[in-house]
Parts: sequence; C-alpha cells; structure tokens
Amino acid sequence: MSINRRSFLKVTAASGGGLLLSLYSQPKASAQGRGRGGPFGGPEPDPHVYIKIAPDGTTTIMAKNPELGQGVKTMLPMLIAEELDVEWKNVKIEQADFDDTKYAGQFAGGSFATPSNWVPMRQAGAAGRALLIKAAAQNWNVPESELTTSAGKVLHKASNRAAGYGELADKAWALPVPDLRTLKFKDPKDYTIIGKPLMQRELPNIVTGKPIFAIDMTRPGMLFAVYQKCPVFGGKVVSANLDEIKKMPGVRNAWVVDRPEITEPVLPQDPGLENGIAIVADTWWQANTARKKLQVNWNEGPNADASQSSTAFAQKADELSKQKPQQTLRNDGDVEAALSSAAKVVEGAYSFPFISHAPLEPQNCTADYRDGKCEVWTNSQIPGSGRTLAAKALEVDEKNVTLHMVRGGGGFGRRLTNDYMVEAAYISKLAGAPVKLLWAREDDMAHDYYRPGGFQYLKAGLDNSGKIVAWRNHFVSYGDFDAQKGQVKFVTAAAMGATEFPQRFIPNYALHASVQRLGIRTGSLRAPGSNSFAFVIQSFIDELAHAAGKDPVEFRLALLNSAIPEPATGRGGRGGFGAPGLNADRMKGVVQLAAEKSGWGKSKSGKGRGMGFAFHFSHQGYFAEVADVSVESGNKVKVHKVWVAADVGSQIVNPSGAENIVQGAVVDGMSEMMGQEITLDRGRVVQANFDHFPMVRLVQAPPAIEVHFLKTDNPPTGLGEPALPPIVPAVANAIFAASGKRLRSLPIAKSGFSWA
Amino acid sequence: MAYKLNVNGRVTTVDVSPDTPLLWVIRDVLNLHGTKYGCGIGQCGACTVHLGGRAVRSCQTPVSAATSAPITTIEGLSADGTHPVQVAWQEIDVPQCGYCQAGQMMSAAALLARNPKPSDKEIDSAMNGNLCRCGTYLRIRQAIHKAAEHGNTASARTVQTAEASGIK
Repeated sequence: MSINRRSFLKVTAASGGGLLLSLYSQPKASAQGRGRGGPFGGPEPDPHVYIKIAPDGTTTIMAKNPELGQGVKTMLPMLIAEELDVEWKNVKIEQADFDDTKYAGQFAGGSFATPSNWVPMRQAGAAGRALLIKAAAQNWNVPESELTTSAGKVLHKASNRAAGYGELADKAWALPVPDLRTLKFKDPKDYTIIGKPLMQRELPNIVTGKPIFAIDMTRPGMLFAVYQKCPVFGGKVVSANLDEIKKMPGVRNAWVVDRPEITEPVLPQDPGLENGIAIVADTWWQANTARKKLQVNWNEGPNADASQSSTAFAQKADELSKQKPQQTLRNDGDVEAALSSAAKVVEGAYSFPFISHAPLEPQNCTADYRDGKCEVWTNSQIPGSGRTLAAKALEVDEKNVTLHMVRGGGGFGRRLTNDYMVEAAYISKLAGAPVKLLWAREDDMAHDYYRPGGFQYLKAGLDNSGKIVAWRNHFVSYGDFDAQKGQVKFVTAAAMGATEFPQRFIPNYALHASVQRLGIRTGSLRAPGSNSFAFVIQSFIDELAHAAGKDPVEFRLALLNSAIPEPATGRGGRGGFGAPGLNADRMKGVVQLAAEKSGWGKSKSGKGRGMGFAFHFSHQGYFAEVADVSVESGNKVKVHKVWVAADVGSQIVNPSGAENIVQGAVVDGMSEMMGQEITLDRGRVVQANFDHFPMVRLVQAPPAIEVHFLKTDNPPTGLGEPALPPIVPAVANAIFAASGKRLRSLPIAKSGFSWA
Repeated sequence: MAYKLNVNGRVTTVDVSPDTPLLWVIRDVLNLHGTKYGCGIGQCGACTVHLGGRAVRSCQTPVSAATSAPITTIEGLSADGTHPVQVAWQEIDVPQCGYCQAGQMMSAAALLARNPKPSDKEIDSAMNGNLCRCGTYLRIRQAIHKAAEHGNTASARTVQTAEASGIK
C-alpha cells in the first residue's frame, strides 16, 4: 500500500474495527503544524518512543492506538516485539497518550490498524534490534555482521558471548536511529510471536473487574454530569425549569448551553457543541434523576417536520424511483438497450433502515479543565479530531488539551465523532471542577450518527445462456440535490461508489442516484456502505442465479470470470480506497474455499432447510460466507452454522483475536438483519433502548462459525469490518433456499420473521 | 437514608435515596467499577451481580431491596482471579471489548453454582439476559463448559494463559 505522505486522509466513515478514509488533497492550513498528515501522517516510528528495556530485560512497548475491543493494544506491540526479537512473556504493554509529535495514525477505524502499521511497527522493533546489535558490537569490538539475536539477547557465536538486551539498552538507546529503509525484516518462517494465538493482555484486568474503561475514570473532586439535548436534531432550549432542578438532591448546578458561535461544524459532519442543558451532581444517579424532572420549552427547528418521518421517507423514495434519476454516477455500455433485448428481465426493490451503533459502553468522557488547560480521558476512536473540537469550545490552543486514551467498551464507528468529548470538556469549564459526563442509553440512541438507510431499485437482464448482460440500479438515498448542476451530495456514509461490484463485470451497467433531505446525522457503522450494499447486491445476484436456473456459487464464479479487461476509472468501491475495486482472482479463491469447506451443493435445500452464499470486498478484504439455515413454521429462523473464507493477505497477526472478531462480525450482521431499525417520527428517533433495538443473544447465535483464512501473497490487511457484510445476504439467501421467501427489505422482523 | 450492605464480605453503610439502583451505589458510592452500566432497563445484563448467590440485574434492584442478603460483584468473585469462570475466560480468550464480560461471568458463575455441569440448553437459558455487543457468544459457551470441567476446586489452579494452552 503506498500512501503519499502529502496526501491527507479525511475521515469520512468508520467502525469498531474500521472506517472509510478517502484521499483528498491536504488543505494548506494543516500542511504545517499540528494534525499534520491526518490519520496516516506524522512522525516515523522511533524505537526510543516505543520501546523501554529495563536492566533485567523486561521490555515495555507502547500501544499507540485506541483500544475498543479490536485487540490492537496486544496486536501492535506483537509486531514490534517480533522484530525486536524478545520473548513475549518478557513484554509489558503500556497505553500511549494521544501525541501526534510522537505517534502516527492514532485512530481506530477503516480496518486500517493492520495495513497501516504492518510496516512501521515492525520498523520500530527492527530499529531497536539494530541499535542493540550496534551497542554489543562496540562493546565487544566485533563487526555487527557477526552478531545475531535471539529471545532478548545479542549473540556472538564465534566467541560464544551473549549479552542480554537489558545490559545493552542504555548504550544502545544513546545511538542514532538507523535509516528505517536499511532495516531487514525477519523471514516469516522465523516468527515466534506474529501468527501465534495470543490472548489480549488486558484479560486479567477484564476478568477481575479492574477499572480500565473510560466510564470507570475518577478524579479527586469529580462531579457527575448529564447533558440533555433536544429530541429533534438542531433544536434549541427556549426556557427550562433550572431553578427547580438546582434544588434537587445532590445537584450542584445546571446550565443552558447555548454557544451558537461554536455549534457551526468545526470538522466535517461534526457539529461541535450542540445546544442543550447540562446538570452536574454528586452522583450520576442524582444528576439523571434531576434530568427526569426537566421541563423544557424547546424550539425544535425545521427538522420537526412530517417529512422527517420514516413513512414519509418510504413514500418519497417510491416517488423518486419512478422519476428520472437526479444523477447518473456510472453508465457503461447501453443498459436500456440491453435490458430491452434481454431474454429475461428481473426486477427487485430493496431497502435497508437507519441503524444505531449502540456500543455497550454508553458515550462518556471525563474532563478536568483548569487555568486554561484541559486534561481529558477518552475512549474516542479518533481522539485528534476531539482535541480540535474541545480546544475550539474551550477557546484554548490545542496544545493545552491533553488526551489520555482509555479502553472503550466497543466502538463500531460511533466513537469517530467526539460530540461527548467536547461536551465533557465544556461542562468541566462551566463547573470549575473535574467532570465525568455519562450519556444514558437513551441519549445514545436518540443522538447517534446513524448508519444511513436507503432504497435500491434494481433491474437486470439475462441472455439465453443465463449470463447477466445488463444491470441497472437506481439508488434512492439521503442528501442534497443541486438541480442546476444536476449533482447529488449524499449524507455522510451513504454514498455508493461508482465502481462498486458488479461494475466492470457486466458490459451494460448503470448506477443512478436520487436523494431526499435528511434531518438527522449519519455516520460510519462497521463496514460503512458495505454493510447495506452487500445485502442488496448479493441478494439480487442470487435472484438472478435462480432466474437463470444456475447454482448460486457457479453463477457467481462465472460472473467473476467475466471481468471487463480495462481497469476501472476513478475511486474504487467502498474499501477500494483509491484502488480499482476488487481483484477477481482473490475473490474466486475465497468463493471456492467457502464452497469447499461448507460442502456446498452436497446437501439438498428446501423443506425448511437451506444454504445461502454471498461474498463481498471491502476495506481491502475478500470474504465469502455460507449460512446453513432452517425456517420453521411461523417464519422462525435458526442459523445452524456459518462458514467464513477470508483473504486478508499473507499473515494473520494474532489468530485468536482474528477468529474472535470474524465470529463477532457474523453475530453483529445477524443482529442488524433481523431486528435493528431506527425509525423517525417528525425528526425524533422512536427507539430508545435495547427493548426496541434487539441484538442477537447467545441462544440465537449460530452454534458453530468456522473461520478459514486463505493466505495469499499480499500485504496483510484488516478484518474488523470486511467480515460483516456478506453474512446478511448469506442468511437471506439461505432463508430463500429454505422457504422460497425472498427478502428485499431489512430488518426482516418487519416481514414477520423471528429467531427460532 | 442509610442502608447497610454486605458487599464482597464487607459490611458498609451507604446514605442514598431508597430508589437508587444498587448499580449506582456499587459504582459511584462504593467505587467498585467492575459492574457496568449498559441500558438501565434490565435488557443487557452488564450490571449483573449476585444477591444471596442469585444473579440479579443491579440496575433494576433498588438499594432498599438489597439489604437482606450478601452481594457479590465481579471484584468479589474470587480473591485472586482464580474462580473457575475467571480462569476459563482467560484460557479461551473470550472477550473483545470486555465491557459485558463481568456481567457474563457473574451469570455464568451463578449458573455453575447451582448446576455444575450445564448442558448447552441450560447455558442458553441462564445466559439469555446478557448481551455481548461484540458477539463473543461461541467463546462464552465454550468457556462455561471449560469452567465446569475445572469444577469448584480452582482456587489452587494457576491461570494457564491462552498462549500456553495454544488456544485455537
């Protein structure tokens, strides 16, 4: 992966293991000074920054990225330790603060931790090893070329001498760092750490209930805060019974926060400090009890409109689907001609809902503002953006905001926006005390950056041989339409790439788009875009396979074999990030592996039981998945087993963490497909808590999820996100195989399905 | 009002309003942060503790209803992290984010205390109140079986880490 360091990566989307970053030219203002380079930019890896070796050889390695369950706090130090050549049992891991003068890419998203750190973290380790060798060579007065290392020691075989790293570290760390490009990495066959299933180092703390999460932070003199915002996005407080609230037990103070000058977006899609009411009290329960007594006269603003309701969205989408599309994003060949001359035409109208991220740890942040400086303890996935926002709200320079990165209870993309960080910082300044702000679950569900819903109207043509000759998609989404320019501007994380599969595999291909206005915020949920597009694309391909009378796997392989030779132009599909879409050979590899492992085609579908197949490329990862499903009377669904075949390159860094996160992605996708939906009523979110926003429970999870990694000669890439998208269509296609019922609308609970 | 609570074998008196959920007494008054807040309506199970040996949702248990029996939180599950459930959770490398896991382990420990060798079906039923947003359910089930194998004699057992046991 080559990223031009002068390029600036703008965070437009993300999740618990990933976000989507898009390349755009670096603005002048950020070319110098802080935040330079964005998520990928910043200083080169320096062993002095990452590695401390004590005289007894104990090696402390800094974990630079936010940890929210992806396992990076263990995985990134593994890369350093391997090339440093130390024993894992002698490694201690320490969480780094946010510091862009020392570390590059301190964010969690886009499944980028592996691809963007695979080289630099190993460089940090290899540079440290080179320094230790140089120090030993000087001590012994022998050439460096005669020295080797093993398990935390430098060895000189000719003289049978050995020195522990602990004896050499002081001298070694006083030497200049070698040119990173001259370092030689280990041969993977010599790995002792990378590729071994290692448990998360935080486990002993997790299983004994140590206070390691952001929500567990305490500070001397700390007050607890709640923050009440208008149920309608953008609404403002006109008046409130604050005098009464301030008299309630434990309440120290309450304020209307109205800073219109800082509610303009400071960062793209991040509103900064929104209007609301802050209450601080001696305990959170007291603050939240007081909040329940609030009587607020809101000016709900323009979003409290009948058009901002889910039923109205569906009606409007239906209207738009029948009109001329507002914009054509891609038009290869002649779709209309090919459709009219096709032997068979298939149509399908698909839809998917808004979804809330709902990480289990509700949004919270602890901030301590005093004397123009602010210290913050945050579980942010992208703390650097939060620092910018907090500094702006506090009217201080960014260098006066110190960020400590604390473990988060899940992220999934929600913590790529730092609204709760800026609120905590601002309330601490108001209160003149350290403050822990904690959102109630209901705050989180009402004020998320939701996965955008959408509608896709597909029509495709088959020729006499059953080959797809035409594919037309009218994507009806949300955003603004500039009628003069004839251009749509999608809301955050809603856009569909012009080269999204199966573009380039079908000679006549058109992607049209229309949008309607949306009055809530949207953002990246794990595998943004892909988490809904894969359902549509892979379900419709299944429809076409059945219409053609072909086996769904054979049909997909034939499609992958029909790549049009000229390279796609422009940006790749979601996850292609600059590269032209998927590599058909890599995808065929995982399709064949998933078919083989699942025994595809050997068991007969129908009579209430069936297997479904799907694949998807996103975040540089190739995934094919098979679901074995039964559908009992009353549309009761049981997923008996899932097979996952994945190609994420040549090396799985930590097989234990990798298997865990892939299995979790399968469960997560099943939650999304069955019951998760955020609906709007005049600009308000209807669902408030988990009772109306269900997740898969243990009894509903598949009893077996087999994960197979196909190692290919490609640089390692991430898997927090790309494992998720195929499971939704795989289960939907299995339900069709089992019951004959084709599912075109999510969540499927709305069509009368439930878990068995 | 003052309430006398027995938490992890220590008797303490707290002065809070009667409707205060046990969860917030444990977290913000007693400063035991292992018990987690996830939903506040008894849907997610992150706040699970033992009250008189039974798994209860501390967000749905007012402090006034928690004085009659001893309370155990994750911090009190064992003195040194060697309860069979704590051992098994590490051997299987169960957690991703780990936020729900204290609640999961408290439910599992209560199950094993009354049913030392639970079947899959019994596990399904006992664990139905605990959500894992990361979806680690397969490993949770596996770890409960493993803890059952360890039995109740694990206080002398040392934690065999995932790397040592070569977990798959």
